[in-house]
Amino acid sequence: MNLVANTSGRRQDRALFAALCVVVALLSLMPLARLLLEAFAPGGVPSLKAFFATLGSANTWTATRNSLETAIGGTAIAVILGSVVALVVALTDMRGRNAFVLCFVLPLMIAPQVTALAWLQVVGPASPLLKLLGLAPPIGTRNPLYSREGIILLLGIQYAPLVFLTLRAGLRSLPRELIEAARAAGASRAFILRTVILPLMTPGLVAGTALAFVSSIGNFGIPAFLGIPGRYVVLPTLIYQRLSGLGPSVLSEVAVLSMLIGVIAMAGIILQDVMVRRRDFRITTTSIAARPFTLGRWRLPVEAGLWAVALIVLVLPMAGLFLTSLVPAYGVPLNATTATLNNYTFVLLEHAAAKRAFANSFSLSASAAVVIMLVSVPLGYFLVWRRSPLLRALNVLVELPYALPGVVLAIAAILIFLKPLPILGVSLYGTVWIILFAYLARFLVLGLRPAISGYHQVDRALEEAAQVAGAGLVYRLRTVIFPLVAPAATAGALLVFLTAFNELTVSALLWSSGSETLGVIVFSFEQGGDSNYAAAVAVLTVLVTLALMLTTLALSKRIPPGVLPWRD
Amino acid sequence: MARLTIETVTKDFGSFKALDRVSLDAADGEFIAVLGPSGCGKTTLLRLIAGFDEVASGTIRIGETVVSSPAGHVATELRRVGIVFQNYALWPHMTVAENVGYSLRVAGVATAERNRRVEEALMLVDLGGFGDRRPANLSGGQRQRVALARCLVAAPSLVLLDEPLANLDVHLRAAMEDEFAAFHRRTGNTMIYITHDQAEAMALADRIAVMDHGRLLQLATPSELFREPANAMVASFIGHGMVLPLTDILPEGDGRARARLFGRELTLRCARDQRAARQGDLCVRAGDLTLAGADGDGLACRVTRVVYRGGLFRLEAVVEAEGGPTLSLDVPEPTSVAVGDAVTIAVKPGRGWAIPTAGGRDAS
Ligand SMILES: Nc1ncnc2c1ncn2[C@@H]1O[C@H](COP(=O)(O)OP(=O)(O)O)[C@@H](O)[C@H]1O
Ligand SMILES: [Mg+2]
Repeated sequence: MNLVANTSGRRQDRALFAALCVVVALLSLMPLARLLLEAFAPGGVPSLKAFFATLGSANTWTATRNSLETAIGGTAIAVILGSVVALVVALTDMRGRNAFVLCFVLPLMIAPQVTALAWLQVVGPASPLLKLLGLAPPIGTRNPLYSREGIILLLGIQYAPLVFLTLRAGLRSLPRELIEAARAAGASRAFILRTVILPLMTPGLVAGTALAFVSSIGNFGIPAFLGIPGRYVVLPTLIYQRLSGLGPSVLSEVAVLSMLIGVIAMAGIILQDVMVRRRDFRITTTSIAARPFTLGRWRLPVEAGLWAVALIVLVLPMAGLFLTSLVPAYGVPLNATTATLNNYTFVLLEHAAAKRAFANSFSLSASAAVVIMLVSVPLGYFLVWRRSPLLRALNVLVELPYALPGVVLAIAAILIFLKPLPILGVSLYGTVWIILFAYLARFLVLGLRPAISGYHQVDRALEEAAQVAGAGLVYRLRTVIFPLVAPAATAGALLVFLTAFNELTVSALLWSSGSETLGVIVFSFEQGGDSNYAAAVAVLTVLVTLALMLTTLALSKRIPPGVLPWRD
Repeated sequence: MARLTIETVTKDFGSFKALDRVSLDAADGEFIAVLGPSGCGKTTLLRLIAGFDEVASGTIRIGETVVSSPAGHVATELRRVGIVFQNYALWPHMTVAENVGYSLRVAGVATAERNRRVEEALMLVDLGGFGDRRPANLSGGQRQRVALARCLVAAPSLVLLDEPLANLDVHLRAAMEDEFAAFHRRTGNTMIYITHDQAEAMALADRIAVMDHGRLLQLATPSELFREPANAMVASFIGHGMVLPLTDILPEGDGRARARLFGRELTLRCARDQRAARQGDLCVRAGDLTLAGADGDGLACRVTRVVYRGGLFRLEAVVEAEGGPTLSLDVPEPTSVAVGDAVTIAVKPGRGWAIPTAGGRDAS
């Protein structure tokens, strides 16, 4: 009897597995651990002084109250708008569904700071749109959006698509027999909606609400553009102001503040969990999606109403933004003779920081997308096909940096990289590398989720056939597994790219001269009063975003359903 | 090519025993079918042989090498087994030639040599010239043959097939059955063929391993399995055998015996080492039974069902005795027998088989 042959394949497995665990721990566990440490042991010395000092400050509580007010108000608008639209789109025979979904979901893919900028241009005294219509208030009038109500309105518009998407996913899996049974029982449409559809949609509605709340509470772009000029401070902008005013000396204080945001966000998530868990909402049968309600003579009015919504949430602000980008200087009325492309040439060719920002944002987003794709494919492999229990636990951690508001992660990144790296002795603080780290940590889950759904669609026998052919794990990953999950993984990488490309929250806290991102540039142009330049940069980012989204639609046959939010 | 030896292999999933002390060996070049109802552990056994899963106890040897034992496990990549998966598992992003040549690419075989061997393998399954196609553009039978060529090209020591015909329609099945037989003759490979279809197993295999509930019930040639089932479960599973209670079994040497069935004496076949026993089980099939004339010697029965089967009728009749079992037999057309009739059914002399019951071999 021969000895059992040695197993080189397993060594490869273990090495890859260990490497993945280390990567996940570095990206997910370390930032949160570092933050906790700073809050309760500033500088490594256990002390609750910073903790109590921060919580005892009146500013903290004003910002907390403001954060809650705007988040709750914004969530309410998002839920009402998102769910009404979802019900109509999913349950009726409206026409032009695909085009409408694209238009309605688009604001989600546009950066919040761009949304804010665009709306400011639409309703402000310098609004080219209002000027064209002769409705502009006199120069010097305060922009009505510089207010709590303005923030709430824009948060609602920004996150209505989130509610729409979660709810529509649920409506799609609603078996039509359930509705048909109610009709057979003689129920009217309104009655079916109230007694069958809405109760079964509760989990989706609750999840969408929680998502909108968590996103609103962590949003930085909208309160930064609307709240800072109006002296209406929320927690993320308070952190930003403290840090940019006083520098790293207030780190323990902002660590406590960011934990406060984290706690509020977690409370939202936990509340959702509790609400859904109380009842059993599981739908047992699967069949063709329900689409029974014919609108009849209401069809045209309903369609007109929906397109009016699309006009207001998308076309109006984008038109305002575009017109502003053509205005030669603040307040100058726009007409055929004054319209100019100078703002574009300025930001693309002349302004050094803006030029750098384009390069930085492109390379940061692309690097983050590629690295995350390279990590997600093997990570998804171990999560889905190997069902490694250790990684499954780590998977929960991967979700955290994205579930928690971006400022939380940004502060954690500062804490980690403020001091030079051990052994190497180089400091990443103040370079683009700290931003890349934060992107990787925060957006890993965006790339991982599509990869995971890709694995669920591929028959594992395809891998086993390669194993039988003698291919080791790395070779299999390269020649068989990667090509099979590539469409899903690419979609994930695109989501990462788009999100990072439009991002401001993280880089607003981490940038320094030389490592500006597009979000930062738009923000600083606007703060300096150069709305026209800000608008030009914003228009360009929207165009890039739109172009990439349309490209993916062309490839969408090979991407698993549900991965791309803008696809019906 | 190599022999396969499986010794008392056990596999658990949590508290569920998917395989329970299974032993099986295949000689070099032998074609073994593993037969059993769905869920009995066939795929589990195959996955252990391939090395996708690890054994809880017992050993598996390929050739002289221990590949699986609780002490260690040789990775699938190093086992040199070929597998034909139930759904073929052809890589959709590769051409037919790339699919077939994959294992050669893994082994670093030079391109020219690789192309030659791929084309050779494709010729062997009658797919010469199909190398540039994509799997998606092939019919079910062609995909099956590509899967065969793929496992053949690497000259594996052992070929495993998991219900390879289950996804094909009836016509294709018959054709592919011939294909597998020819494939086995040409390559002389040791083959383990998993199926739940008796006819398929009987047609193809040198020996059949019958499994149920994670246990191996019998490993024997098809005719032995049919004529001399080792236990009541195999007897009833193979060829719709009827298992009836015997008393007073008296071997007469030379594999023949006399015994009583519901008090009636009959002659039957038995194992050579069968001992006299007070009780035992009889295995008969429809073809072993016949209608005796009204005065003939046999079991008094009442007909409960008559089904026309084209040229003959399948009768079902209940033995008129305490807890009498249901018998089925075929009678040729035309017949006047109808439901409710009283009939006498006899076992043809020397056709029944005394199942060697556990402990039944010793007179007790
Ligand atoms: N990975 C697994 N985890 C738990 N139970 C399993 C697993 N694989 C198979 N089983 C169970 O083991 C039994 C045998 O399965 P299998 O070998 O696939 O049967 P079959 O004979 O139909 O191929 C089944 O009851 C199945 O549910
Ligand atoms: Mg099976």
